[in-house]
Amino acid sequence: MDKVLSNKKIIALYVLPSLLLILAIVYIPIVLTAYYGLNEWNGIGAMTFVGLDNYMALFKDATFWNSAWHSLLLALFSGLSLMLYLVVAMVLAARIKGAQLFRKIYLIPMLLSSVAIAQLWLKIYHPTNGVLNTLLESIGIANPPAWLAESSIVLFALFIPILWQYAGFYILIYYAALKNIPASLEEAAKIDGANALQIAWKIKLPLAMEVVKVTIVLAVVGSLKYFDLIFVMTDGGPSGSSEVMASYMYHEAFRAYDFGYGSAIGFFLLVICLAVTWVIRKLTATKDTIQYS
Amino acid sequence: MISGNIRNPNGIAESKSGMISKLGYALLYAVLAAVAALQLFPLVWLLFFSLKNNQEVFNLPPLSLPMNPRWENYAKVWSAGNIDVYFLNSVWITITATLLTVILGSLVTFAVTRMKWKGSSFVLGLFMVAMMIPVHSTLIPLFSLFSKVGLTDHPLSLILSYIAFNMPITIMILLGFYYALPKEVEEAAIIDGCSVNRMFVQIVFPMTSSVIATTAIINMIYNWNEFIFVNTFISSDAYKTLTVGVQNFIGQYTTDWGAIGATLMISILPILIMFLFLSNRIVEGIAAGSVKG
Repeated sequence: MDKVLSNKKIIALYVLPSLLLILAIVYIPIVLTAYYGLNEWNGIGAMTFVGLDNYMALFKDATFWNSAWHSLLLALFSGLSLMLYLVVAMVLAARIKGAQLFRKIYLIPMLLSSVAIAQLWLKIYHPTNGVLNTLLESIGIANPPAWLAESSIVLFALFIPILWQYAGFYILIYYAALKNIPASLEEAAKIDGANALQIAWKIKLPLAMEVVKVTIVLAVVGSLKYFDLIFVMTDGGPSGSSEVMASYMYHEAFRAYDFGYGSAIGFFLLVICLAVTWVIRKLTATKDTIQYS
Repeated sequence: MISGNIRNPNGIAESKSGMISKLGYALLYAVLAAVAALQLFPLVWLLFFSLKNNQEVFNLPPLSLPMNPRWENYAKVWSAGNIDVYFLNSVWITITATLLTVILGSLVTFAVTRMKWKGSSFVLGLFMVAMMIPVHSTLIPLFSLFSKVGLTDHPLSLILSYIAFNMPITIMILLGFYYALPKEVEEAAIIDGCSVNRMFVQIVFPMTSSVIATTAIINMIYNWNEFIFVNTFISSDAYKTLTVGVQNFIGQYTTDWGAIGATLMISILPILIMFLFLSNRIVEGIAAGSVKG
């Protein structure tokens, strides 16, 4: 049987198409990104090797650090909002009638395209006819702001639809993890006189910690490379006040035709995402894994 | 009797705590319902304004029902805005990429979990690590690679990219199922002289049909909503998909709210309808694809 199952021709036939594809579309491009970053290149003409010039310029580029700060702020907000999602998931998992329906409703925004969500929220935030300002005016707030046109609030106005889009995703993950905890543990704690808060804090939270770690990585890395809604809704504006790392990369490459510099930003983004994943995993590493038996 | 004594030491406490828990239950329910309302409200508003004309949008309260629904908004954008072309492109590109991803992903998962070969865990690792690589870091090299081989402004650039970037999550969801699948049937088939190819096509593939359906749905949602690749690689209207098409169309008709609303509704309806019928599978697929990483 081993002979049949170690037939090299069949293994090659099954694995090689996908392997070659992922090498060509994912791995070769990231090597090229690093290499392009060492060149002066407009995307069409000849490349000129400039060594680390692009990377040095990047470290001195105030616009880049500004965009990195915005990405970091988003990571912070997304990370903190996880606590809220965990609370909602705990409520959902506490034998609530209709929990299935609720978690499905929460998930809907995540299934829709970012373009549709961005266009919808552009309308919500519309200064004169948007639903937000119409409602604010109807409860007596005169002259509500033009949310996406003011550089001091635009970033936070953008965070709201981003969180809105992904809330259901995290609630769903937490709900699944909490439902995995055997009911016997909760029963035992109840008999010992623990109240609902103690059970949530001392039993459920520690047991859901593995999943919480995964979601922290997902939320932080997802925020650092975030692009979609910001690109469609403000395109980084007004005057760079909502620029994030990925949108800055896109602008440098495909608007300013500075492919070398854009690639340097792209490579930096990759390194940051991998490094942050590694650091968070290290920081939250635990030796023992939980087993229910 | 014993457990009854522990929970309710005396009758007075029972009625009091019963009231509190009922009140608490109602409060929890209110929180969950409020979150659901927040998630749904923008979409309901979108549905309403897609059926109004500008005068009704601007002068009536935002949540007033569209008294005489203007379905003509939908008919108008469907033919006038090229939306029909974009829609068909989205359909065939989504289906082609999904079918290929699921078939190729199944072949790889089969080879990794059933066949015996050196380097299988390394190859699996390559697929899993690819999940952590930000799409944006590959964008510039992919664009230049595709233009070198004449694939920019060609649907193949999208299909190849979708397959490569969705392959990791597809394999991850399939893996869990393949590991849990008993091998006895396959072993018996091999002893009876069945070839590996025939075994895969006639035994394993049909046995995994339920997880294949789950991965296919997840793939379809991702492909349908994809924006950045279409926006970067495709320039002619004939090949654009709905996400970028909607974006361009709205850019031209910024003032007609009904038309914009109808366009957005058309772009999200297929996903909403799919969700209505297949929500359990979607929930299951998203949960399976996220936590194990």
